[in-house]
Amino acid sequence: MGGFLLRRCAGFAATLIAASAIVFLVMEVLPGNAAQVMLGPEAPAETVRALTQKLGLDRPPLARYLGWVEGMARGDLGESYAYATPAGDLVAQSLSLTLPLAALAMALNTALGLALGLYAAQHHNRPGDVAIMGMSQIGIALPTFWLAILLILLFAVELGWFPAGGFPGWGGGLWPGLRALILPAVALAAVQGAILARVTRAAALDVMREDFVRTALAKGLSRGAVLRRHVLRNAMIPIVTVLGLQFSNLLVLTIVVENVFSLPGLGHLILNAIANRDLVVVRDVVMLLAAMVVAVNFLVDLLYAAIDPRLSLRGP
Amino acid sequence: MSIAAALPGRAAGNPGIAIGGALTLALLLTAALSLLWTPYSPYAIDVPHRLALPSMRHWFGTDALGRDVVSMLMVGAQNSILVGVIAVSVGLLAGTALGALAAARRGWVEEAAMRLADFTFAFPAILSAIMLTALLGAGIVNSIVAIGIFNVPIFARVTRGSAKAVWQRDFVLAARAAGRAPLGITLVHVLPNILSALIVQATIQFANAILWEAALAYLGLGTQPPQPSWGRMLNDAQAQLFQAPWLALFPGVAIMLAVLGLNLLGDGLRDLYDPRMARR
Repeated sequence: MGGFLLRRCAGFAATLIAASAIVFLVMEVLPGNAAQVMLGPEAPAETVRALTQKLGLDRPPLARYLGWVEGMARGDLGESYAYATPAGDLVAQSLSLTLPLAALAMALNTALGLALGLYAAQHHNRPGDVAIMGMSQIGIALPTFWLAILLILLFAVELGWFPAGGFPGWGGGLWPGLRALILPAVALAAVQGAILARVTRAAALDVMREDFVRTALAKGLSRGAVLRRHVLRNAMIPIVTVLGLQFSNLLVLTIVVENVFSLPGLGHLILNAIANRDLVVVRDVVMLLAAMVVAVNFLVDLLYAAIDPRLSLRGP
Repeated sequence: MSIAAALPGRAAGNPGIAIGGALTLALLLTAALSLLWTPYSPYAIDVPHRLALPSMRHWFGTDALGRDVVSMLMVGAQNSILVGVIAVSVGLLAGTALGALAAARRGWVEEAAMRLADFTFAFPAILSAIMLTALLGAGIVNSIVAIGIFNVPIFARVTRGSAKAVWQRDFVLAARAAGRAPLGITLVHVLPNILSALIVQATIQFANAILWEAALAYLGLGTQPPQPSWGRMLNDAQAQLFQAPWLALFPGVAIMLAVLGLNLLGDGLRDLYDPRMARR
């Protein structure tokens, strides 16, 4: 088990280093002089030179890379060029919206996907199963941002139950903030939930054919108990794999959905940064999102071992 | 009867393939037709007739600049197909090469190839597109490159998984005993045997590419106006959500039908090639 953990941690660290190197190469080395990119081609040479010095772009690339990584480790993300404030503050503020949104969407997705998938598996080839599979096929084909627009049309414009966009912040209590996040979270969860339902159904059907399920039923356990105690636990590996991928998907899709609802989260921050050519913020937010994706994959790897201890005993 | 001859009969009994094939065919025909004919020019601005309701003159109405929605949708199909075909081809070529190499060489080559593939997963298409746009400005090439890169590890995994199974077969052992080099075995024996798995994956990835392209165009990171694209049309429609809500319906339905068709076709082909899956 110790060797397994060590190997996984080493892999995690190596992937993070490789990802940061790529982000650094693409954002700082490829463009030649990043200060020129930020100021545009018509900027006077002196201004470019001043910004080059201010950002420390005249130092050798390796020193800049190490300085960047060291700064990130301390929580110092450099200064946003467009807002003239520490990029870390902007990111922290955006995360106070994006993380709850992603978490809410993930919770809805898991509840929806598992419930529908297990129901469909239990009623295999009966009308309920056919209906759920048909709906999920359509759900997978929906662009998340279009579903978001449709939800605005129905629940905000027609019915007026939820705001069409904007975010009041968490200062006014939990409910006003949560209310602004419900429609975006539903849009995110519906599409991902459709994928999860299909995976759950297939995984559960595989397990339901096993002898130990027949034995459990034969010894008189109720169907619900068999489903929870035997089927779901053994179907967990493919489900956890997909949940990990979905969390990464959700993080990236929040960029799109925040844009639909004009929510001031990470997606809003990064699109503004692109419009302002604020490369420092773009670099840091891309790195943050990539790091979160890598971290989730790492956690999924660890979860495999917790679900199925045999996996950690095997070699690489 | 050979297996190939039996396929059409089995396809007829599979409603997924029939519906998916019809939708995909409709998508391709629409794009092909738009090269020759559209009701109006998708670029023709007609401000006096802006935001017209669907009618006999404009079947799906006109947008905020008076452009004909049907014509824009038809040309938008070209755009989706263009991005999808190139991005999937990039992923297919690079990913299959990587996966086939991993399966043929094993050892550290396999480990390195698959680590490279894993690592690419840290950069979903939107993140790559964001980096490219920040540097080069927005454009359709960004979306093609970004979606293409994200397709590489997906094809690498599918290829490696299927190719490793083929390498275990007796006819490969015979070819090795006869002195064939790994490259020859890969080309002559392995690739033809994993072709069906690759076709299925390519169909599904084509559907995903259409979804990502639409999202990138919606965000303003992909296809740029005045080139019509479905994602961009939805962005424009959102600005008119209160005056002309119907404008937000048509492009979304177009994306949904295109993706649904390709997904159904991909699932259907998988059932056809691998009947064990179909009995579920």
